[in-house]
Amino acid sequence: MSGVRVLVGTRKGAFILTSDGKRQKWDVSGPHFGGWEIYHLKGSPVDPNRIYASQSSGWFGQVMQRSSDGGKTWETVGNKFEYDGVPGTHQWYDGTPHPWEFKRVWHLEPSLTDPETVYAGVEDAALFRSTDGGQTWNELSGLRRHGTGSSWAPGAGGMCLHTILIDPTNHDRMYIAISSAGAFRTEDGGKSWKPINQGLKSEYIPDPTAEVGHCVHRITMHPLKPGVLFMQKHWDVMRSDDAGDKWHEVSGNLPTDFGFVIDVHAHEPETIYVVPIKSDSEHYPPDGKLRVYRSRTGGNDWEALANGLPQKDCYVNVLRDAMAVDSLDSCGVYFGTTGGQVYASPDAGDHWAPIVRDLPAVVSVEVQTLA
Amino acid sequence: MPTIRVVLPQHLQTLAKTYGEVRLDIEGEVTHRAVLDALEIRFPTLRGTMRDPITLRRRPLLRFFACERDLTSESLDTPLPAPVVAATEPFCIIGAIAGG
Repeated sequence: MSGVRVLVGTRKGAFILTSDGKRQKWDVSGPHFGGWEIYHLKGSPVDPNRIYASQSSGWFGQVMQRSSDGGKTWETVGNKFEYDGVPGTHQWYDGTPHPWEFKRVWHLEPSLTDPETVYAGVEDAALFRSTDGGQTWNELSGLRRHGTGSSWAPGAGGMCLHTILIDPTNHDRMYIAISSAGAFRTEDGGKSWKPINQGLKSEYIPDPTAEVGHCVHRITMHPLKPGVLFMQKHWDVMRSDDAGDKWHEVSGNLPTDFGFVIDVHAHEPETIYVVPIKSDSEHYPPDGKLRVYRSRTGGNDWEALANGLPQKDCYVNVLRDAMAVDSLDSCGVYFGTTGGQVYASPDAGDHWAPIVRDLPAVVSVEVQTLA
Repeated sequence: MPTIRVVLPQHLQTLAKTYGEVRLDIEGEVTHRAVLDALEIRFPTLRGTMRDPITLRRRPLLRFFACERDLTSESLDTPLPAPVVAATEPFCIIGAIAGG
């Protein structure tokens, strides 16, 4: 019987939530790596039992884990992330040059074809790849060295590479996003990169339409339309129909176009989801009402989805990697909050219920659809 | 070859799958560096957790205590106190106390 496994990274450990295809009753396993920050866990699309996890701590640095049995047991793998060559500098908050320093892994993206290959997006922003199941890591330094790297600067959360998308029809084409440098694309498997930020407008930077410097929070795509990208920027929800060459705003009637997450329905490439957050200085939903917004038209026309979500006194945030969808016939949508709730909707957002209410602050949510 | 006693912070005990004090054989002179080297050989999962895996600099929020002294700022190659070498006192690796 089909089912789902929800991989939840929190400030104090990882949790694995499992259910059958009805998605009504849930088993909760965890905390795994209790007391450690788990920025992200993600399973291999070709071997769902292979899961990678980023475990970190202000005291003990970065640890990498992998499971070969769906998260029942874990094995510590390599944590040596060494920048290629002389790392050089990027801009610091005050505009002065600052040496590149590895801090943590924000996002893991397993290969679409090989369970032993996985990409890691790290802070300070760079892209690493392992082809031996996480034992060793090598930087794809063409990204950092393509020309604008020395002008990248951190956002409030640090200078993190947080989004990695692999085109399922052409694995040499990948997209990544960095806060606060912007979005970038490679056509040759990561050797060379170009910024893809034309059309973004960020009033809070010196040149609002600069080639780089935009605080992109998240990018997503549907596998059937890999040239169509959706972006939640610091402010503005954006869309590109040409693989990122040009972007246009699709915020439309959203109550606020600030937010972090964005995702696409598993079966409807023009149905997208965001969680509007009041502002960058308030980081909670407008009016204390937690609402997912859904557009069935690829943006601009949005409807509020509130059935089952708190509509009073709710002041949580939903962080950039904390929304995911399953691919069951009725698409399930999931998101986690900084208040420790993980909400699930088994009917594409029409009805919501919490799977768990009292976890540590949720950093990331991923879903595996199991056969 | 001296055998010394080492106390690890709880999170590193979990990561290394070891509990309580660790008894560690040290080749040559017993220094901070020798202790960290021996720990990382005995418990490979601890590599990078006590010192940066590239620069080998001590993680800033880790402290080294022994014989009622804070040895954190000592050179990595300074010999550890005789009671540590004789295993009458443990070498303690402590995660700095922080939070609220």
